[in-house]
Amino acid sequence: MTEIEVQNLTKTYRVGEVEVHALRGVNLKIERGEFVAIVGPSGSGKSTLFHILGGLTPPTSGTVLLDGRDLIKMSEADRTRLRKTTVGFVFQKYNLLPTLTGADNIEIARDIAGTKKNGPDPQFEEILKLLGIASRLKHKPRALSGGEQQRIAIARALVNHPALLLADEPTGNLDTENSNAVLSILQGLNKRLGQTILMITHDPEAAAYADRTVTMRDGRVV
Amino acid sequence: MIHRLVFENLKHRPVRTLLSVIAIGVEVTLILTLVGVSRGVLSDMAARSKGTGADILIRPPDSAGFTFSLTMNEKVVDKVRTQPHVTMATGTFVKYIDSFNSITGIHLDEFNAMSGGLKVKKGRMFQAPDEIVVDDVYAQQHHLKPGSTTDLAHTWTVSGIVEEGKLSRTFGDITALQQLFEARGLVSTIYVKLDDPANTAAVKDELQKVLPTYKIDSIEDFVSLFSVNSVPYIEAFTRVVIGIAVLIGFLVVCLSMYTAVLERTREIGILKALGASPFYIVGILMRETVLLAITGTVVGILMTYGTRALMATFAASMPQEIVPDWYLRVAGIALAGSIVGALYPGLRAARQDAIEALAYD
Repeated sequence: MTEIEVQNLTKTYRVGEVEVHALRGVNLKIERGEFVAIVGPSGSGKSTLFHILGGLTPPTSGTVLLDGRDLIKMSEADRTRLRKTTVGFVFQKYNLLPTLTGADNIEIARDIAGTKKNGPDPQFEEILKLLGIASRLKHKPRALSGGEQQRIAIARALVNHPALLLADEPTGNLDTENSNAVLSILQGLNKRLGQTILMITHDPEAAAYADRTVTMRDGRVV
Repeated sequence: MIHRLVFENLKHRPVRTLLSVIAIGVEVTLILTLVGVSRGVLSDMAARSKGTGADILIRPPDSAGFTFSLTMNEKVVDKVRTQPHVTMATGTFVKYIDSFNSITGIHLDEFNAMSGGLKVKKGRMFQAPDEIVVDDVYAQQHHLKPGSTTDLAHTWTVSGIVEEGKLSRTFGDITALQQLFEARGLVSTIYVKLDDPANTAAVKDELQKVLPTYKIDSIEDFVSLFSVNSVPYIEAFTRVVIGIAVLIGFLVVCLSMYTAVLERTREIGILKALGASPFYIVGILMRETVLLAITGTVVGILMTYGTRALMATFAASMPQEIVPDWYLRVAGIALAGSIVGALYPGLRAARQDAIEALAYD
């Protein structure tokens, strides 16, 4: 079953008086439960695709079907709803809220989505077990290592059971040991729980953890 | 959860939070002190008027508000004394030195008989023409003791300190004052004591017939004039001070929240990535603002006890009342100023582009 279907997707930014064609007709299909890595040099359009699929910016033209809904027809409020319920983000810089503990960083995602915990959530309990962060949840980000922060960020991204997990260079700030651990976790989430994952990376070794690699160059999939 | 985020955000920058709270506290205390002093001064004046022991007060025709002029012939006092039910009448002479100081000339025996007597706490009563007595509040404020001299349009020697609460803070012999200020035979006010206070209304009506152009009030009616509503400039001044106070609160909160929004640009991006709506983000800032305003109001109320102590030490003649009936009003004023101050930073945060915010370092 297709999770994401992108057809002739374009995105044009305006920087001052200059138009920047970040995406020039991207076509891409990702099946439900797939783990796909997107690789490509800087300026190839990976991040722009990531932002569009995550509902952070609207496309200029084309079709982007995500979980059956067309992003091109979505209003700002629709995209906000999409981020709450359908997409989970993992960023290179972890992006945890520094004033909250690990547990609260996860909880605030629930609060924003309006899915307050009512009783046990076995699937999320399993995710937490897989992430191995139970003993670190009471700490604030400044007291956590990069690997621990990224694992909490993954937990936060998955707490609302999104259809798609978008990971932007999730190992970019980690050493080899932690990188391998995080990638193994992503792979485990995909294999054991069937989580659809789209990961952007520069690193071919990281991309090797995915089922499939998509290469982008000059705003197109090649 | 959002409340924990709000609380942690405020805790994260303790100095900024503290300064904001203090600034709102100053705003609150400014208003409460002004209102408290206005009321305190008027209540004090009313209490001292009642301290004369009189039932009726007669002022010259050209008197305005609760001020006194010097255009009443002393012979009017004799006329008043002849009226039925009048047991005592005494004229006083009020010489205004400036807005805050005056000196009151009295017939000591008559005044003592009517008021129950000025109680000398230190020194002795005035005897010579250039001697005065001052009450303990005035003495404390001006560091006076028996034997000191003070300049009130004339150099006076303080012969004694009397207990406060009777008519004035400074007393001299009426004849000496009339001569010194070239107002022989003139008085400012006549205080009238009746055989029975129950006769006040009837005697007042009779006196009004005898002295039709004079301002004649029962002492109760007269002291009722000592309210903020009866003094238009106090109300106007209060409004101006409230305006300035609100402006201070607005500017401080606006600046504080603006810097918070700038500092938290990335965090706002994170919240947006998690699906937080503009309303949710504005809600966080508004909750922080409300918490600052409430804490600032409490601090401001507590600071008011400090300003009262300062007033009692450095300006004892301007007593400050604590005004609990203003607490809710001042909380509303502080809250409104703070919320308006947080609006622009809040809207700026809500409009923040998520991608730019996430890229912010």
